[in-house]
Amino acid sequence: MSDKLTNLIIKGLQGHRLDRRTFLKLGGISGAGFVLASALPRTANATDKPSLVGSVDLNAYVSVGDDGKIVILSGSPEMGQGIKTSLPMIVAEEMGANWDDVTVVQTSIVDTDRYGPQWAGGSYTLNMNFELMRQMGAMARDMFLSAGALLMELPKHELKAENSVVFHPSSGQSRTFKELVAIAYKQPIPAVEDLLFKARQEYRIIGTSKSQVDSLEIVTGVGDFGIDTRVPEMLYGGYVKSPAVGGVLISANIAELKREPGVIDAYLIKGNGEPRELMDGIGIVGTSTWAVFKAKEKVNARWDETEASKDSWTDFEKFAASVDSPTGDREVVSRGKVDQVFADDSNLIIDSVYEYPYVSHMCLEPMNCTAHFQKGGGGAKDHLEVWIPTQMGPRFQTLAESLYGLSKDQLTINIKRMGGSFGRRTSNEYVCEAIELSKRSGKPVNLTWSREDSIKHDYFRVGGFQKIRAAINADNQLVGWEEHAIGVQQKGKPVIGAGFRDSAFPLANFPTARGTMTLTEMNTLCGPWRAPWSNTHAFVTQSFIHEIAVATGRDHRELLIEMLGEPRWLKNGDIRSMNTGRAVDVIKLVTEKAGWGREMPAARGLGLSFYFCHAAHVAEVAEVSVDENKKLTVHKVTVVADVGPIVNMSGALNQVQGAVIDGLSTMVGQKITMENGIIEQTNLHQYPVLRIGAAPKIEVHFIQSDNEPTGLGEPGLPPLAPAVANAIFAAIGKRVRKMPLIDEGFTV
Amino acid sequence: MSNIKLRVNQETFELEVADDMPLLWALRDAIGLTGTKYGCGIGQCGACTVHVNGNPVRSCLMKAADVEGQDVTTIEGLAVGGQLDVLQQVWIDQDVAQCGYCQTGQIMSAAALLASNKKPSDEDIDTAMSGNYCRCGTYVRIREAIHTAARFYDASGEGTS
Repeated sequence: MSDKLTNLIIKGLQGHRLDRRTFLKLGGISGAGFVLASALPRTANATDKPSLVGSVDLNAYVSVGDDGKIVILSGSPEMGQGIKTSLPMIVAEEMGANWDDVTVVQTSIVDTDRYGPQWAGGSYTLNMNFELMRQMGAMARDMFLSAGALLMELPKHELKAENSVVFHPSSGQSRTFKELVAIAYKQPIPAVEDLLFKARQEYRIIGTSKSQVDSLEIVTGVGDFGIDTRVPEMLYGGYVKSPAVGGVLISANIAELKREPGVIDAYLIKGNGEPRELMDGIGIVGTSTWAVFKAKEKVNARWDETEASKDSWTDFEKFAASVDSPTGDREVVSRGKVDQVFADDSNLIIDSVYEYPYVSHMCLEPMNCTAHFQKGGGGAKDHLEVWIPTQMGPRFQTLAESLYGLSKDQLTINIKRMGGSFGRRTSNEYVCEAIELSKRSGKPVNLTWSREDSIKHDYFRVGGFQKIRAAINADNQLVGWEEHAIGVQQKGKPVIGAGFRDSAFPLANFPTARGTMTLTEMNTLCGPWRAPWSNTHAFVTQSFIHEIAVATGRDHRELLIEMLGEPRWLKNGDIRSMNTGRAVDVIKLVTEKAGWGREMPAARGLGLSFYFCHAAHVAEVAEVSVDENKKLTVHKVTVVADVGPIVNMSGALNQVQGAVIDGLSTMVGQKITMENGIIEQTNLHQYPVLRIGAAPKIEVHFIQSDNEPTGLGEPGLPPLAPAVANAIFAAIGKRVRKMPLIDEGFTV
Repeated sequence: MSNIKLRVNQETFELEVADDMPLLWALRDAIGLTGTKYGCGIGQCGACTVHVNGNPVRSCLMKAADVEGQDVTTIEGLAVGGQLDVLQQVWIDQDVAQCGYCQTGQIMSAAALLASNKKPSDEDIDTAMSGNYCRCGTYVRIREAIHTAARFYDASGEGTS
């Protein structure tokens, strides 16, 4: 950095102090405190890692170097959903930056006052950060425009910024960001209400295709995954828990384990009984992951299993079979005279029972965390540094305080890229296990679960059964809809993903509809799994709508459109509620693109489905054929989605393609079962995953409506299973009401 | 424990490893080459694919001691002289990855395929890549990327390592 620039920076920082009035304005406009801190340049609060040499910070997210290179921070965790690319694209767009000048750096701390929410999930990350990202970009642009006005002696409002250049369209004068940066950072930070945002038609970056910012690191093997964390003096660690969740550790062969090759130490560890925090276990540290894996096989422990899970999938099946009533005791939604339409003898009643299994997340990168606990002393406080692949950095920050009494200044939280998550990396037990090992060994420890651990101790997508029925009147019209989920609760509360929610189509809008549940207590851990509730509920309901169409001799597409009714928001002003007009639009376009209604050869069929979840309206058509040996070929899946404007087209397409393949993989072969509390599947040989040869062609279209942009990590998945099930029926007349398909005799 | 000499990416490493330590863990924990990934440990997922004497193998199933004296190439050795392999460049250009965890193994399998088959059909690709699982479902892009790389070799008359 030149001395001249250094001096400018020092002066600039002095000039950068915001007055109280500006603080209030910034805070007040956003309705959230973080905008205030985000507007401050990072150097004013130098807790994060230093900027690039010779660069200045325009705000919490944007730094510009004296060479014109731009660093945009990514505050949200990346798990393959592409957020580390799409959020900075929004900043760069509003800033008027040239994307080629941009380097994206993951924030190295969790500081939600400064960076905003910093968690990812629910396909919500893009939507909840969009405004903040626009503001950060527009603030930086405004400061460059101010600098350009000064340097070119032109009115600021006549200037524009594009491609990292501030220019004056009428005179053709221009200055590059590089030429302006030394002046720009000294300009006043604009108030949020004064910011001007681009109109959609002015976008040059949003809506284009950008390769992920980490692509080079990924393909050369130097990616930033948690499992690859290596720090000086680091040990490798493992943790053995009760095979059935809830077992209390009595004793283990610790002395023997310590003598195993490559083992440095072994410990009996008492947990707090919270599976998402710390359960009892045997901790082992050693000189390699392999040494620890081998030692774990030698663990001989006694568990008190009085309180441990005794869950049995077979018992759950029996329980479900014992439930006869079309109505359960736990009401989720009820609208209209449901009892009356189903009791009316002149109505035709159609009913079915559907079934779906527990499934595992199977993130290819196993659960892991590296922790380094340093005991304080001599006036210094204890300090904990962790490297966590997690969707929920702030959740760990809170837990560190409540569980370990560590305040924010005693914590360094490095959020690592996740080798897949799909909702899995939202708990903290793998973090706490690493911390326990580091505390006891006094060293940094990279704790890595084996694949077997990652299955056995997963938080599964819950399985379940569902009764569903419809009433058809004498005019062949659908007049009643009822669903009854038989599912799972824990401590009296439905687990995440059990049954359905009242926001789901058609329960959310159909005039005469009821949804109830009957739940049984099970202890197997359950958690969010890509599009919770929707990933099973779509299969049940969107298959059943096709059943109704078949039974009444109607076209599936026409019936769906009729069931959606007049174009309207179900909750006015709520972007996260269904809009029946958007729904009809995606159904119309997908059927047009897929050639709905065309003649098909024997044993080949088209299946349609629609689902609304995560603020996304998605319709899919699958084209499948089934041979005489029940070998299923999914030739093509056509998808139409309306998630508002697309930010990164390449990323968006990738998410939808992936969701289709994930949906098919899950539907075809995946099932987790348990007996006496023990998960029966141990590794991939018992849990088939879709291979490349079975991947269909996938055609994706987006309706880029003027609604707010929303996320795509999840909503492409739910419509896949019913589209394929409906296509199988169209092909061979066999109705599939149970997943996985291999249990119904199909192969791929 | 034994002392072994491993030849990896044209470099020789002298290591003391457990007799049964798989090549995967020798690469990751003893040498520090973490581009080769652990996924399942039973040869099902392909995330640990490396080349031994040019052939793709599952490094989780092969003992490190058994490859002494043989040429091991990992993803870190695919780019020669600071120049990315065509497959790596295409993988970036076509934005193949999602989470990216399996992709080093995918690229190693693809490199082995193109070394022996310059113009693979979809079926050739599906066969050669069937041992590599992608949890995120990037198969469509993997297939396209291999075709693109093959066209490049066809046009340039070059072969891959």
